[in-house]
Amino acid sequence: MGEIERANSETESAGPERVGDAPADDAALTPTQDARLRVVLAKLGLDGHDRGLKVVARILRDAGMEVIYLGLRQTTDSIVAAAEQEDADAIGLSMHNAGHLTLAPAMVAAVAEAGMTTPVVVGGIVPEEDVQTLLDAGVATVLGPGASATEVAQAVRDAVAAAEASAS
Amino acid sequence: MTDRNQPAHSWEPDPESDSYRRYREAYEAAKLRDVPFETMSGVPVAPVYGDPPYPGEYPYTRGVYPSMYRSRLWTMRMFAGFGTAEDTNARFKAILRNGGTGLSTAFDMPTLMGRDSNSPWSLGEVGRAGVAVDTLADMEDLFSGIDLSGVSTSMTINGPAAIILAMYVAVAEKNGVARADLAGTIQNDIFKEYQAQKEYIYPPRPSVRIVTDMIRFTTAEMPRWHPVSISGYHIREAGSTAAQELAFTLANGFAYVEAAVAAGVDVDEFAGRLSFFFNSHSDFFEEIGKFRAARRIWARWMSERYGATNERSLLCRFHTQTAGVSLTAQQPENNIARVAIQALAGALGGTQSLHTDSFDEALALPTEKAARIALRTQQIVAHETGVANVADPLGGAPYVEWMTDEMERQAEAVFAHLDELGNGSILEGVYAGIENGYFVGEIADSAYRFEREVNEGRRIIVGVNAFTDGSEGEGDILRISAETEEMQLKRLTEVKQRRDDDAVGRALAAVTAAAASPTTNLMPPILEAVHTYATLEEIVMAMEAEFGTYVEKAII
Repeated sequence: MGEIERANSETESAGPERVGDAPADDAALTPTQDARLRVVLAKLGLDGHDRGLKVVARILRDAGMEVIYLGLRQTTDSIVAAAEQEDADAIGLSMHNAGHLTLAPAMVAAVAEAGMTTPVVVGGIVPEEDVQTLLDAGVATVLGPGASATEVAQAVRDAVAAAEASAS
Repeated sequence: MTDRNQPAHSWEPDPESDSYRRYREAYEAAKLRDVPFETMSGVPVAPVYGDPPYPGEYPYTRGVYPSMYRSRLWTMRMFAGFGTAEDTNARFKAILRNGGTGLSTAFDMPTLMGRDSNSPWSLGEVGRAGVAVDTLADMEDLFSGIDLSGVSTSMTINGPAAIILAMYVAVAEKNGVARADLAGTIQNDIFKEYQAQKEYIYPPRPSVRIVTDMIRFTTAEMPRWHPVSISGYHIREAGSTAAQELAFTLANGFAYVEAAVAAGVDVDEFAGRLSFFFNSHSDFFEEIGKFRAARRIWARWMSERYGATNERSLLCRFHTQTAGVSLTAQQPENNIARVAIQALAGALGGTQSLHTDSFDEALALPTEKAARIALRTQQIVAHETGVANVADPLGGAPYVEWMTDEMERQAEAVFAHLDELGNGSILEGVYAGIENGYFVGEIADSAYRFEREVNEGRRIIVGVNAFTDGSEGEGDILRISAETEEMQLKRLTEVKQRRDDDAVGRALAAVTAAAASPTTNLMPPILEAVHTYATLEEIVMAMEAEFGTYVEKAII
């Protein structure tokens, strides 16, 4: 498994990596102190397209969330282990290789098997007609290519809120 | 008063000048296509306009050949492949029946990563994005009934490239074709895997040793083979700027040259068979400046720094693909216009071959119809626009020349940084840049800057953050059936039952032994191993036992 990088602490220690301020008028993108969500982001399987996931990592970080970026070549086991260890509020997967119908449900099943209720958010290239299939399989939200930063951050917040509501 | 019939400035080269005579001589020696070189209205046009150095002359800013597309249009090389080896074989035969001579092979994700179809990692990926190759048997099916001495084959694979090349040689030799007669290209550009595409297996240094072994092997035994296609395409797709794509790609090229020279190969013996692969994105003039700068930089560095004297060693010949990342899922038909503009930039930039993306690729692998429109798009550029009549038609335009210089200036700054990182060695500088996260950090910063600009509306993407009215629905998309995976698994099981396991074991031990001996070329033992029907993953693991694996530091 790859070295886990803590996006926030990395920024604090490394210093120079500054990606600018979130637009002030955008509520979803404005950092909030009360609910500091912890999100595990990973590429599941062999697919190496990590551009989108890295952008999402920075979007969520700028929106005030703590991002635990696992990076490439993760398994359902390694992601569940990280989510458990980090007490994650959500798991974000990025998929570009047409493997989503196999891999995303496997992720949801692995989370459930571990006795967790962490919502799984999927982004990347998922054809419109597959979205319902993934939702039926228990994926919390599917974000398509071209989703804005606001939509990404809000989708994660909504997924966490929905999971908490159904758990309580 | 000026005479209105006498232009103030002659745009045509002075026919009496020594430079133009020299150019004409080279131009006239070239064989030309049998088409009229005139405008649509019948006005004859010259092969080149503006100032020397002309196309085909050092430093080749204006093109690698004097006559450019008047002799031969760029090769319309469309990259494709999915399903089983038999499916792709049928497509290859159709291409050959239609007069094509170039085959281009896409492999599925497990093959690209050196995994067999029955690996747990391969679940859901077998045959999805390319053809699955587990053993020599799959390669035999892939090229069954095709005379490999009469085709040129491009294989897009990197981490396990040595094994795939060995399988190709083995298939040819089983069919009585000598390896010396094989023509083609294998991508085999491992540096950009650590920087962008992320399909690496071993750590950088052993991986580069495999690349140099392949350069040595092909230089000695496969004179028609291009052992590395140095690729900026993936660097750009991962989010770099145009100048970063240019700089990182050429730096990687210099690094391979240094590695091969250090392994004892004379620069002029192999540099002429290195080729490049660039992206063509939507900023029209920036792309054209990038292509022109690439030729000039490569020629200068090969000549001045690496002492190449053979002209072919100085030529930056490249393939271009339009920018997949520019395609939008929203209003996907708009992508046809994007691809046309990017293809035009490639042609005006002097590319040797071109792949045009299909408009539906932001949604899934292309449908046949979308792939046909993509091919037609570049045929329109080639045959209807007149851009193929004149070499470097934009050369001499102030903006284009400035942009070319600017691309070169930015690239030189990167080379200086890498040279310093590597204490006077670009090769060591590239290793250092991989290890310290320089490349991935630069690329991620550029990607995020772009996304923010789009998100804040400072950069308009039509149909995404502006002009969003209109059909957002999807049309047909290509589906790969799950049967492919089952068939491939069955085939792998059968091959493993048929083979001589003792012979496989001995061959794999020989691969591991060769890996442990840095001066031994890995290609001969890998060839032996593929002949025993050892699987791709078994051979990968035989080297991994010695080389270890690479896990990148997760940097965002």
